[in-house]
Amino acid sequence: MDNLQTKAINTWCPGCGNFGILASFKKAIESFDKENLVIVSDIGCNSKIIDYLNISSFDSLHGRSISTAAGIKLGNPRLKVIVFIGDGAALNEGISHLIHLAKRNSNITVLMHNNRLFALTTGQFTAASPKGLKSKASPGMSVEDPLNSLELMLDSNATFIARGYSSKIDHLSLLIEKAINHNGFSFIEILQPCPSFYDTSKFYNERVYELKEENRSKEEARKLIEEWNYNGEGKIPLGIFYSSNKETFEEMINKNV
Amino acid sequence: MNSKDFSILIGGAAGQGSRKAGLIIAKIFSSLGYNVFIYDDYQSLIKGGHSFSLIRISDKEYNCSKEKIDFLLALDEKTIDEHINNLDNDGILIFNKDKIENEKGVGIAIETITKEVGGISIMANTALISGFAKVVSLDFNFLKDVLEKEISKEIEKNLEIAKKVYDSIDPVLKIEKIGENRPLLTGNEALSLGAVKAGLEIYIAYPMTPATGILNYLGEHSNILTVQLENEIAVINAGIGSAFAGKRTMVGTSGGGFALMTEGISLAAMAEVPIVIVNSQRPGPATGVPTYSGQGDLLFTLNSGHGDFKRFIFAPGDANESFIWSAKALNLAWKYQTPSIILIDKNLSESTFSFNEAEIKKEEPLLWNGNGEYKRYQITENGISPLFFPGGKEIVKATSYEHDEMGISTEDKEVIKQMQEKRLKKFESMEKEIKSLEAINVYGENLEKVVICYGSLKGVVKTVCEKLKLKMVQLIVLEPFPEKQVLQALEKSKKIVCIEASAIGQLSQLLNQYGIKVDDNILKYDGRPFTEEELEIELKKIYG
Repeated sequence: MDNLQTKAINTWCPGCGNFGILASFKKAIESFDKENLVIVSDIGCNSKIIDYLNISSFDSLHGRSISTAAGIKLGNPRLKVIVFIGDGAALNEGISHLIHLAKRNSNITVLMHNNRLFALTTGQFTAASPKGLKSKASPGMSVEDPLNSLELMLDSNATFIARGYSSKIDHLSLLIEKAINHNGFSFIEILQPCPSFYDTSKFYNERVYELKEENRSKEEARKLIEEWNYNGEGKIPLGIFYSSNKETFEEMINKNV
Repeated sequence: MNSKDFSILIGGAAGQGSRKAGLIIAKIFSSLGYNVFIYDDYQSLIKGGHSFSLIRISDKEYNCSKEKIDFLLALDEKTIDEHINNLDNDGILIFNKDKIENEKGVGIAIETITKEVGGISIMANTALISGFAKVVSLDFNFLKDVLEKEISKEIEKNLEIAKKVYDSIDPVLKIEKIGENRPLLTGNEALSLGAVKAGLEIYIAYPMTPATGILNYLGEHSNILTVQLENEIAVINAGIGSAFAGKRTMVGTSGGGFALMTEGISLAAMAEVPIVIVNSQRPGPATGVPTYSGQGDLLFTLNSGHGDFKRFIFAPGDANESFIWSAKALNLAWKYQTPSIILIDKNLSESTFSFNEAEIKKEEPLLWNGNGEYKRYQITENGISPLFFPGGKEIVKATSYEHDEMGISTEDKEVIKQMQEKRLKKFESMEKEIKSLEAINVYGENLEKVVICYGSLKGVVKTVCEKLKLKMVQLIVLEPFPEKQVLQALEKSKKIVCIEASAIGQLSQLLNQYGIKVDDNILKYDGRPFTEEELEIELKKIYG
């Protein structure tokens, strides 16, 4: 494998979950031809990842990395396109694009770094923040219930839905590899502590467990997806919840030209 | 009636097929060698209301409509009520006498004849066309050829109706063949074809009148990939993605959708990605009037996208120019790796013109020569960095963030300045490029009395200026502004009149920025095009 290092200086906080995601990704793409990978990100701590990877990339606008990625895949269906996106970009600013990409079964991998708040703007709530999260935005805490992104993806007909954890690098890298190899839209929610504004390490370490890999119906997947409600107690399953095969958007539209 | 310059109005309710019937009539005259211009007027509804096509047939190029009409073809009574006052004294009304009681004109028993052959109501169009053909003494076999070409369903029944109608009425006058056939294209169609000739590979859009015709036309009549996405924000960002991946890409919309695209225009400028954006204007603000025309987006388009940057803006004035300038917009977007906007309006997008194809070709952009380390944002003399696409041997990093030559994010003050200056150099090169183009059209010999306009107003302004012997300056390139050419054209002017479809005179404001003082404005903001008579009256008020 070529050297993946760039000259960019890493500016993540010590202990940031993004380090685990970066390590997992490097490991996951060991078997891939680097030339055919394109990584796309937008705004936030998570998105700095593409500066740290010597791979062709596009750093897009907030929430639009998903649309840029859709275009790159249309432009050259041979490329493997992977999006790094934060929970704010995916579930707030760009949620419509995420839903439609899943609905179309576009052959793209979306890795959602979920630290469950806006960190780079120093701590405001996102659609993934738990109710009651202390937030600098009025009225001092989030009064909204969080979105379950995996449930959203299931209802949007995503064909690969998984959850990883930034501290479980081997497990996460395997998930990423499988997501990239999946022929169709793949989504991984990656739980990620933010040591500066929302340190969830202890909480996750006590609750996560790995799912067995098996074929599941949507109903079975939904039950597991709903096991943890992002607010209170409950175990947190990690792994692939749902995977199915369907013709991709790019295969279908290129057939019609 | 002037047999070398006359107007036909065909109207009915939406769904009755008056547009198609109008187009068939236009094709008849096109094949007789006449210049054709069709203005289509319709509302934002599918059935009912009142739609009409106003067709001008002439031996010269008059790309505008006249108030006075010579033939009124009425599919319903409303068409007569709305337009009978515009029918010239020796004009001819052709109508369905089974439905409409009228003493004057040529009545055709459309219902009776259609029933006799077992036809359906849409075939009333065929009856009307045939009646008209007989009135102007066209040979039936000629009419039959046209109908066979244009009508795909139940042609036998249609021909039977045509023949019965043809035999039932008398000719009134004779229209001669004066030349060879020319194709008819709408502005949207010509624009699409021009882009395809210049190598367009992908068109992405979200439907929005009056730009939807581009999506439909490219989808149905070309081999390029047409894609509809969830909204205009997705459209522009995906367009930038596909161009980054190496595909010549265009997107299209109208004002409201264009507003959503502006963050993407800024992104294309920063990431230096070539992309063509079509903004076909309708009257605004907001939803405005979807199926009518205006030029109220000019200043917004000039200022579209946040941050310090320049974009190309081209405003063709007819189908021929739409063809040429959409090709140029695409070629130049790639040459300079920058957003390139084609600013048109409903009256250009959806009007139909006699078309002359010009020679255009795909021009190759500056590609990387493979020597040394690839830097996406390499600093060069003219600000243009060689292109390379992902999927090859080199790493290509494009970005929205300020960046170094490699495309890595930066906050370093030296690098920020350096990269902004690299882009400034590129804008200078774009300005130089405009100086080498025919960025404006100048018509007429009069040095002192000048009229300025842009876009779809070209047709009517040119026609009236020729008649009144005024000089006309038509702007085509709006950014970078062709300052030298415009100032030169105005050098000896004593009075400048600016004509535009805007309520606040946006073109005047633009001219003002370059020290050009407009003496008088003629503004139109009812969504409709100027008729020749209307503009003539307005210009005579000023120039006598």
